[in-house]
Amino acid sequence: MAHGPAKGITRWLFTTNHKDIGSMYLWFSFMMFFLGGIFALVIRAELFEPGLQIVEPEFFNQMTTLHGLIMVFGAVMPAFVGLANWMIPMMVGAPDMALPRMNNWSFWILPFAFAMLVSTLFMEGGAPNFGWTFYAPLSTTYAPPSVTFFIFAVHIMGASSIMGAINIIATILNMRAPGMTLMKMPLFVWTWLITAYLLIAVMPVLAGVVTMMLMDIHFGTSFFDAAGGGDPVLFQHVFWFFGHPEVYIMILPAFGIISAIIPTFARKPLFGYASMVYATASIAFLSFIVWAHHMFTVGIPLVGELFFMYATMLIAVPTGVKVFNWITTMFKGSMTFETPMLFSVAFVILFTIGGFSGLMLAIAPADFQYHDTYFVVAHFHYVLVPGAIFSITAAVYYWLPKWCGNMYNELMGKTHFWLAFIGLNLTFFPMHFVGLAGMPRRIPDYALQFADFNMISSCGAFLFGAAQVLFLFNVLRTITVGKKASDEVWENPEGLEWSVPSPAPYHTFSTPPEVR
Amino acid sequence: MSSDSTYYVPEQSKLPIFASLGLFLTVFGLANWLNGAENGPAILFVGFLVFAFVLWSWFNIVITENLQGLNSTQLKRSYVWGMGWFIFSEVMFFAAFFGALFYVRQLALPWLAGEGSHDTATETLLWPGFVAEWPLMQTPDMAANGENAKVFGPDHSMSFAEASSLWTWLPFWNTVVLLTSSITVHFAHTGLKNNNRKQFHLWLGITVFLGVVFLILQAEEYLHAYNDLGLTLSSGIYGTTFFMLTGFHGAHVTLGTFMLLVMFLRAILKGHFKHDDCFGFEAASWYWHFVDVVWLGLFLFVYILG
Repeated sequence: MAHGPAKGITRWLFTTNHKDIGSMYLWFSFMMFFLGGIFALVIRAELFEPGLQIVEPEFFNQMTTLHGLIMVFGAVMPAFVGLANWMIPMMVGAPDMALPRMNNWSFWILPFAFAMLVSTLFMEGGAPNFGWTFYAPLSTTYAPPSVTFFIFAVHIMGASSIMGAINIIATILNMRAPGMTLMKMPLFVWTWLITAYLLIAVMPVLAGVVTMMLMDIHFGTSFFDAAGGGDPVLFQHVFWFFGHPEVYIMILPAFGIISAIIPTFARKPLFGYASMVYATASIAFLSFIVWAHHMFTVGIPLVGELFFMYATMLIAVPTGVKVFNWITTMFKGSMTFETPMLFSVAFVILFTIGGFSGLMLAIAPADFQYHDTYFVVAHFHYVLVPGAIFSITAAVYYWLPKWCGNMYNELMGKTHFWLAFIGLNLTFFPMHFVGLAGMPRRIPDYALQFADFNMISSCGAFLFGAAQVLFLFNVLRTITVGKKASDEVWENPEGLEWSVPSPAPYHTFSTPPEVR
Repeated sequence: MSSDSTYYVPEQSKLPIFASLGLFLTVFGLANWLNGAENGPAILFVGFLVFAFVLWSWFNIVITENLQGLNSTQLKRSYVWGMGWFIFSEVMFFAAFFGALFYVRQLALPWLAGEGSHDTATETLLWPGFVAEWPLMQTPDMAANGENAKVFGPDHSMSFAEASSLWTWLPFWNTVVLLTSSITVHFAHTGLKNNNRKQFHLWLGITVFLGVVFLILQAEEYLHAYNDLGLTLSSGIYGTTFFMLTGFHGAHVTLGTFMLLVMFLRAILKGHFKHDDCFGFEAASWYWHFVDVVWLGLFLFVYILG
């Protein structure tokens, strides 16, 4: 425990160190981000103009499916777990994660799971082609044989998530330094604690639904088959009972990150700390009772439509509290706009746009028009790209100097921001228009009237992709030849992580710090 | 807040990566097998061996560390939290299947039979003549296509027939066995707490025995269902929910019995567990109480109200 990292590759294979494991999670997520990004660019290249030119429709479907699965389970979730690994022990003054070996197991399942998932591309019948939501019977009766591998990949990545969540809960509840009471914890820790509970509650349900698929496909059960008395809509209920909390799993830690960054660069304490905690918990609670808003057009009773519509709208209240608090934190602050702050401010503005389009979709009668159109695609990309992805990017710029001891290049960082900002708005904003005008999602070809907006979207997508290459270059350059960073890095930032040297020593807080 | 200053952080370990490899080979082999590839069973078997060996070594190391006194009270609390929330995740897994049962019984089947205003067309156009009932003996397919149907319901169901036959009703005895075993494992715990090894060993042994009895009775019931009742996994949604719920429960009982057996062997062969240091045993007994509670849900919703 006293010494530093082992030499060579075994350091990474056998490690029990939360910082090593955090780094592996982050690099793995970065690789998956590029892979999922390439799939997205295949989609955008095909949609650059009407007609079928680059890929077969069948392959197009595999691209939409794998893009979604890889971005959700391979890029966003592991990135947040990586940040949790790096930051939570340092933020609560713990020597490591509570269960360090299980921590490494959680990570190493992922490369195997995703190797299996991506290998389906080369299997007979092709990769899964039923969309990331894998609705039955597309994913059962009409699925390619590779669906079996998809099911087991989901099973083991679910196991990884559950173990990761248990570890995070045990760390936060059991490993805080003396004096670090719950209501003194940084919001990133709070949001992750709540996220971990969401994970433990819904990942088993995901395992359940893919198990039902497996049984229907291979063992003759009738879960999703009306001929035997089952119901395809049952799939959607079980899936979205997992799926809606899942989308909050991808955004709550982002709230924590933004709540750390904005106070630093506004040079004011966070406004409404306690209300942030309660808002996060409220959002998490509500996430369990809104799932059928994804199913307004499937044929559910009117009372169901009404209940899920109003419950969904309620989410706007705690989310509004959060946005209000971030803005109020900035109000009359001595603001500067370093790269992490740029990404955070863009987060607040663009995530709010995604939230508003969510409110539009929550209106059940209006949703009959929007359902399964590009408006939905625009909505969830506005909450995921400038939401989850921007917050992760902001976190990397904010904490990278602490991780590697070197400062990133500010000019390059700002260039990355503006390219990404312009790129993503060019990509996703026009999707609102084509969606409202009726362009369906997951279709490789489209009517002529959508041509101009789609061309703009495709250009924006390639610009956004190029910006990420610059990001990768900046990160690599920082780690190898970046200028030394100070221990505090920023001006008077809050948090225990800034009280240790930069780069953070291999073992921090072997004896817990005293927290006032 | 604990003030222990030394939280044991283990050195590097080969366990996690080999556990991942074993897990991967297991599911990869299983997937290949299900898809009809010849090498599937072999890969599955190798994967399972790797995984089992890693788990053996892993528990071995954890137990050794504890015996060496490396585990502070704070670290022990981490294990307690870990096991507790693992059991909660298992609860949610069963919740998915119970939820499916409720949804099908209360909503999907009546709708298929034309109840409610929104999808009467389903009944008229797709499954004419279908009547919702539970247990579902006549599937929609049978109602619409008669002898040409592909999905048939069971000949008989497992639901509770009449109070007078309670004493000859196997699920009732299964309930008695499992409830008793929850009490006996508690007696074992009390014995250990009072430093009464004999009581501990005896009641733990009886619990393992009751677990095995339950599994034998359950196997007997499955044979009866397949051979005499025409009730199989593919007997429409009734067979589906019956076998999936009881089957996953049975799998968990198997795991729980195995855990308790391991604890029993550790206790009698190695003299493990002290009155104030017995988390391995306690974790297994929590798990045992959990499968017992799930059974009560099954007994009520699958058998009594079935």
